[in-house]
Amino acid sequence: MKTLSKIYLWLILALLYIPIIVLIVFSFNKSGGTGGFTGFSLYWYRELFRNAEAFSALKNTLILALAAACLSTVIGTAAAVGLEKMKSRHVKQVILSTTNVPMMNPDIVTGISMMLLFVFVGGMLGMTEKLNFFTLLIAHVTFCLPYVLLSVRPRLRQLDRALPEAAKDLGCTPVGSFFRVELPNIFGGVMSGFVMAFTLSLDDFVISYFTTGSSYQTLPLLIYSMTKKEVKPDIYALSTLIVAAVLLLLILSNVLGGRERSKK
Amino acid sequence: MRKRSLLSTAAAYPHIVWMVLFIVAPLLFVLYYAFTDPSGAFTLENVTALGSHKTTFVLSIALSVIATFLCFIIGYPLAWIISRADPGRQRIYMMLIMLPMWTNLLIRTYSMMAIMDDGGFLNGILAALHLGKVHLIGTKGAVLFGMVYDFLPYMVLPIYTVMNKIDPRLTEAASDLGAGGWRVLTKVTMPLSMSGVVSGITMVFVPSISTFYISQKLGGGSFELIGDTIERQFQNETTYNVGAMISLVMMVLILISLAVMNKFSDESEEILP
Repeated sequence: MKTLSKIYLWLILALLYIPIIVLIVFSFNKSGGTGGFTGFSLYWYRELFRNAEAFSALKNTLILALAAACLSTVIGTAAAVGLEKMKSRHVKQVILSTTNVPMMNPDIVTGISMMLLFVFVGGMLGMTEKLNFFTLLIAHVTFCLPYVLLSVRPRLRQLDRALPEAAKDLGCTPVGSFFRVELPNIFGGVMSGFVMAFTLSLDDFVISYFTTGSSYQTLPLLIYSMTKKEVKPDIYALSTLIVAAVLLLLILSNVLGGRERSKK
Repeated sequence: MRKRSLLSTAAAYPHIVWMVLFIVAPLLFVLYYAFTDPSGAFTLENVTALGSHKTTFVLSIALSVIATFLCFIIGYPLAWIISRADPGRQRIYMMLIMLPMWTNLLIRTYSMMAIMDDGGFLNGILAALHLGKVHLIGTKGAVLFGMVYDFLPYMVLPIYTVMNKIDPRLTEAASDLGAGGWRVLTKVTMPLSMSGVVSGITMVFVPSISTFYISQKLGGGSFELIGDTIERQFQNETTYNVGAMISLVMMVLILISLAVMNKFSDESEEILP
């Protein structure tokens, strides 16, 4: 039984990784396709690095992810604090359920619903480019917000209520008490919300696809447009670099996380 | 006192405004577009237009239900095996399961294409072995395989999380009282992990039924799923209204199935003490 489950586990893991490994191997292939390996070459990487579009897409993706993560973390953390102090349970529940709508709804519906709003409002204002960086940013903040609330609220509930009360009794303003008492105590939750928002924004394709215009292209959108044309291994090269970056980040966060845990 | 409490709840106001503007309003726009024509006049024409997409709906529902079922059949034992490994190993296994999840869906799907393509890896191997060729891209099986491959981690993760929280004393007590491994699994572990299964099903079913990239790439354009139909309607401003109606129907379909499933899982939890 033990060996049987081991075999099963490694079989599934192998199946999960074979496509990605094939992709990585063939990004170093001399010839185009994935039919056979004709020799090691960095040709497709050179080709990729000559592609100015890829670099601007990378820059756009990082700017967008940073902006979306900052904005959603600030709005979401403030909302978590405000909600905690809200008296009416009913109102709180309605707000939380509404916040979670983008998490439950298929991405395509979230994307087209916002696109309809932007196109309609843009049309009323007579804008020539109705979809742009700002519509994309709004969309990203919207789908990141539930995740920020999800990671901040549990920390806030663990916080001893006597602490902010004491700060206030000692003459602290509500804002001062937030920065000196509440924030340091919930900082871990705020940070993990930020990281979550950042990675979700980096990774998003479907919602971006519907809410961006032709002027602002992110990496997932570039990959999409590249895969629409004929198959060329420079996509393999780009994907390999992205997989390597993800792997590096995961290992880094695990090492840092492990160190944090051992400190405690 | 009253003023102070108002001041502190004010921190939530930007979020509430954001929500109304960018979550509630867009959904109202879907509703508005679904029942109007391109000039903005009320119409029910979009409802009748749904009739021509009936086969697409049926195919999408069938494929996503099968994909979800397969993910459950493959993923549940996987989560169970991992949850019984020793703790240090569990972390490594879960990281291995989740790494593909952190890789972009487009890349994962594209890598499947590199394997299944007519001139791809698999056919390269078959040709080297003189076994002839298999045509996979463009078949429903390929799309199904892509869904299972892309979304399997979403099934394993919630089930594993719930299983990990089950008090080990419960399963120990069951085996002490004479239950065999299979009975412990079906009578103790399975009922207690239902909530994980329900969220796993949700997390696989929703992206499967609404995908358009997987069907575009692995389906090779030989048939359409709901996602493809919606995407096509939004390429052109004159078909936004039909697209909104199809999206609305899909959303309602998903909501109904989620509600039914939640009710089902609530009932199964009530049986437990």
